[in-house]
Amino acid sequence: MLDIAWLIPALPLFGFLVILVLGRRLGEPKAGYFATAMCGAAFVVAVGVFLDLMSKPGDQRHKVIKLFAWLPINDLQVNLSFLIDPLSITMILFITGIGSLIHLYSIGYMHGDPKFSKFFLYLNLFVFSMLMLVMGENLLVTFLGWEGVGTCSYFLIAFWHTRDSAATAGKKAFVTNRVGDFGFMIAMFFAFKYVHSLSYSDINNAATSHQIAAVTATAIMLMLFVGACGKSAQLPLYLWLPDAMAGPTPVSALIHAATMVTSGVFLMTRISPLITVAAPWASTLVAIVGVVTALFAATIAIAQNDIKRVLAYSTVSQLGYMFLAIGSHAYVAAIFHMVTHAFFKALLFLGSGSVIHGMHDQQDMRFMGALRKLMPITAGTFIIGWLAIAGVPPFAGFWSKDEILLYAYDKSPILWALGLITALLTAFYMTRQVIMVFYGKARWNDDAKAHGAHGDVKPHESPVLMLAPLVVLAGLAIVGGGLNLPFNSTTEKLSSWLAPVVDVGERSLHHSSEDIKWVLAGIATLGALAGIAVAYLVYEKHRVKAVEPVVLENAWYYDKAVSDFMGGPGRESFDAVAWFDTHIIDGAVNGAGRLVQGVAGVVRKGQSGLVRTYAALIGVGVVLMLAWFFFRGVAQ
Amino acid sequence: MIAAVAHPTTTWYLLLAAALFTIGVVGVLVRRNPLVLFMCIELMLNAVNLTFVALAKALGDIGGQTTVFFVMVVAAAEVVVGLGIIVSILRKRPQATADDLAELKG
Repeated sequence: MLDIAWLIPALPLFGFLVILVLGRRLGEPKAGYFATAMCGAAFVVAVGVFLDLMSKPGDQRHKVIKLFAWLPINDLQVNLSFLIDPLSITMILFITGIGSLIHLYSIGYMHGDPKFSKFFLYLNLFVFSMLMLVMGENLLVTFLGWEGVGTCSYFLIAFWHTRDSAATAGKKAFVTNRVGDFGFMIAMFFAFKYVHSLSYSDINNAATSHQIAAVTATAIMLMLFVGACGKSAQLPLYLWLPDAMAGPTPVSALIHAATMVTSGVFLMTRISPLITVAAPWASTLVAIVGVVTALFAATIAIAQNDIKRVLAYSTVSQLGYMFLAIGSHAYVAAIFHMVTHAFFKALLFLGSGSVIHGMHDQQDMRFMGALRKLMPITAGTFIIGWLAIAGVPPFAGFWSKDEILLYAYDKSPILWALGLITALLTAFYMTRQVIMVFYGKARWNDDAKAHGAHGDVKPHESPVLMLAPLVVLAGLAIVGGGLNLPFNSTTEKLSSWLAPVVDVGERSLHHSSEDIKWVLAGIATLGALAGIAVAYLVYEKHRVKAVEPVVLENAWYYDKAVSDFMGGPGRESFDAVAWFDTHIIDGAVNGAGRLVQGVAGVVRKGQSGLVRTYAALIGVGVVLMLAWFFFRGVAQ
Repeated sequence: MIAAVAHPTTTWYLLLAAALFTIGVVGVLVRRNPLVLFMCIELMLNAVNLTFVALAKALGDIGGQTTVFFVMVVAAAEVVVGLGIIVSILRKRPQATADDLAELKG
């Protein structure tokens, strides 16, 4: 089974090509079903590969599948090859699995859209790119996928490009990602210069066997971290993700919850042996960026009124947790949280899509309320997602978040405390969202605009095609924690599964932390419950007045500050660079051209066009050469 | 003297070749008729051929004689092209001299 692993990315690519050629003829809904089938088939192959990998002993779960030599350039040998190991297959399983569910959901969600088949074209291309990213055996193949998902996210976010906001959000996502890509490329240049290879195993081996200096390892790691910050929406490059909600909701679920944003976490886990060699402050930096992002985004989320923006900031916040885990050398916890987060965040996004669909494109939570009776299945599954993200045991989010907090505590109690506050805020804003959407008074007729446009159209439940993925994801959000229960070594399945990949870099807990892990879990649970209780009092019982400062609603004005800077001094410096380019750089180039012209103007006079003169000059030349040979002979 | 003429040595041949070559060079430099220029060039080529043959005979080396064949073949090709050009020019501008054909002047 391992040998046909190349089929996994090939199937979505095939789907992409077929829809590219035949998309219009297939039309709705055949194009959707075809794309879903391709993604589903990739999932089936992935399961086969997974089972094959599992049947092998731990140290043999590593296979490189070389398709062809991509860049055989002297010192630099880059192959287009895939690496199948526990880490990549874990990623593949949830990308193709959740991807298939989202494809299925999209058939219902995109119903009636004039660009129906094009949407699935992009979705398949996106899944293909994401698979290239995680399956790549070297940085360049990963970079191919990395750029691919960046491009696809641009296409998908700006899918409704006639809307100004969507077109702008697409550009913003692309440009912000490019900043991160720059870091990625520099990391590749470093790796090529010092390791002479872009293969992950070569880079990691060179680091662990100390063939490269610690400072080089630090540089490569930090540059890759810059790339990861861009893709995984960490401070200061998180800006694009909340805006990316302008795309269709399945896109938000696929790209901005389950797959694309996790690529940074994946990348950092891939290079975990390198991180052990890098300077310790670099890891601490990662942890701080992670926890600050988590807290920062969580504070913003409590004051948002757009149902999808809350979830968007929540995604940024949860990704911050994952980077906190990476910085604490808790790679298993990071991957664990990535997987459970993919379950419940995809669920929440698809649930919000179902709400938006039922509310006739109303996204403002202030005009929702009391929807649980009208959309029972959406409400039920959404509530499961809420409990999972809030960290209520025994739902998936509890276990993974708890593991991250445990390792953070082991690194530094301050990180733990900040993580705990974030957990409390998470529970708070998610409860707020659930109450505003599904409980309380029905407020959907208050919206004068909707009233005028739709009359008294009641919100309705979504079609079964959209509900089925919700139910499946809700099930996963309940049991997802079972992947890695912290009771003993046999229940820690994910830890032992990922051990061959991350063992070199994984943190071993101090005994003191190990002893109090249940105490920490208890505190985290209490924190989550406290957050829920406060939100309940504020938004359901109205005992306490809601505090939603404008500064938080405007995301600390960070976005505005960046825009102002880029529009003001940034713009001016770009103009200055442009001036420098046209006048100095182009001036130098044009000057060189003019110099040649001038010299040629003088020299061309020598071309008289008289054949006999040329002949005479040839004769003189021959005589001179003969004389030279002759006198040289005499001199010797 | 008569014996020397009847049994010419290599030097004679070389002197003849030098004389022919000089005539060619002077012709190229002083004449302006394109056809005459062309004939002078042929003269130079054949002067060189003569040295080749003479020295090949003197040194007993067949290489020189072989080279002459190549020179003759190249010269033949050159005649075809060169004469073609000259004839077509003269057809358009019957009175043209080599100095008038200076269109490539810088």
